[in-house]
Amino acid sequence: MNWNKVYGLSLRHFYLIKSSFPRILDLIYWPSIQIFLWGFISKFFTLSSTYYNNTVGVILSAAILYDFLFRSSISYNMMFLEEIWSRNFTNLFISPIKIKEIIAALTLTAILRTLIGTVPAVLLAIPLFGVSIFKIGLPLISLLLSLYLFGITLGLLVTSGLIRFGPSFENIAWASLFFLAPLGCIYYPIEILPHWLQIIAKILPLVHIFEEMRNILINDIISYTQILLAITISIFYFMLGVAVFYISYAGAKIRGTLINVGE
Amino acid sequence: MKLEVKNLEKKFKDFTAVNNINFLINEGQTLGLLGPNGCGKTTTIGMLLGLIKPSNGQIFIDEKNFENLNREKVLSKINFASPYVELPKKLTVRENLEIYGRLYGVKDLKNRIFDITDDLNLGSFINKRTGELSSGQKNRVSLAKSLINKPKILFLDEPTASLDPDIGDFVRKYIEEYKSKNKITILLASHNMKEVERLCDQVIMMKEGKIVDRGTCQSLIEKHGRNNLEDTFLKIARNKYELE
Repeated sequence: MNWNKVYGLSLRHFYLIKSSFPRILDLIYWPSIQIFLWGFISKFFTLSSTYYNNTVGVILSAAILYDFLFRSSISYNMMFLEEIWSRNFTNLFISPIKIKEIIAALTLTAILRTLIGTVPAVLLAIPLFGVSIFKIGLPLISLLLSLYLFGITLGLLVTSGLIRFGPSFENIAWASLFFLAPLGCIYYPIEILPHWLQIIAKILPLVHIFEEMRNILINDIISYTQILLAITISIFYFMLGVAVFYISYAGAKIRGTLINVGE
Repeated sequence: MKLEVKNLEKKFKDFTAVNNINFLINEGQTLGLLGPNGCGKTTTIGMLLGLIKPSNGQIFIDEKNFENLNREKVLSKINFASPYVELPKKLTVRENLEIYGRLYGVKDLKNRIFDITDDLNLGSFINKRTGELSSGQKNRVSLAKSLINKPKILFLDEPTASLDPDIGDFVRKYIEEYKSKNKITILLASHNMKEVERLCDQVIMMKEGKIVDRGTCQSLIEKHGRNNLEDTFLKIARNKYELE
């Protein structure tokens, strides 16, 4: 791994972000809107539900964590799409950079975009709704790590599709997370799902992450087994995502799609 | 560096884009790759750049098979410029050159950027965003990017397309001088026959994926009984049955 090259590619996205104030505003705008929306919804739920009694922050914390996942995945996709939209794809892929260095650069830079969007939303929730995800305590770091890895995995799968099928796969980039959200049990306990769907949901890290978040906030209990399980599943999917990306890249070289992407 | 292609072929399902082509470019030589649209030029360049996997055949760089060489090591000595491939528009010229300099592992990058921007007269707009430049300026920036790593082999795809005669002449002159100073091997795909006549030592004519003729510009003109390369190109391109 040549870190100077990883830094070079990361720099490309850093320059892009810093060059445009509307771009930064756009990154901040949507997560903040989410906080307002879910803040009022969760306030209403606490008034009307005994389940959420005294736990005004549960839904809002779930919204913040889900948004973190969404932003990390979309950031990864966006950075890859930027290369296609700017017709820079060929230049990038003929430069002496390894695929693992591209993945590393996008993974490291996606965190910057994700934090630009999420941090203001997290901070807004404290004075506006009296909700702080920091109440989760130290396990928050593990939950965020697991969410980030899974978000990047989804990004890797979508970018693999972009390499394989070309820019027409772009719409999938936007839809990918909405497809998994119902199974992630973000706002409700897993018991709400039919039994057969519960089995499928458990093979995703999301259920374990959001169940654990509720466990900590509602019952004040930390299950390290659940946290470890979430991270393990996320790492497994991440490795799978990397493998799929390599396979797509090799396939694209055979089909000759790399040279036409973005043209 | 010497570039040699042996029995190179690319099939996409039933369609043969490049059909068993052979050529050699010696160090310091420029080979013109000519042919009508869809004749297989882009696919050939794609294979030489490692973007497309050949169905058959081999590419040799200094008599070593590309497949057996370290991909990153080879690519660090190669570069490519085309008006159809752009640099990130929101980034300044300097930022783009810095990023590609890093990706190519260029040493003493600051000085290299200074030299190349000075040579190609990019100084007056080095801090401008690439998307805000005229096509002539963009073209020179693209050429600067392609030379940032001092390549030993350079692929140029229509380097002066859509340029006015003055800028076009500047670019051609620059390539000529750079080549003579640095002894780089160039593969030039172009539809501008005057440019090919000026820059190329040898040319190959492609049609329907095959090489249909080759030689120096003068030898081809004489062989086909025409007055210039453009007429020769038209004769070859329009003759259905003429194959090498």
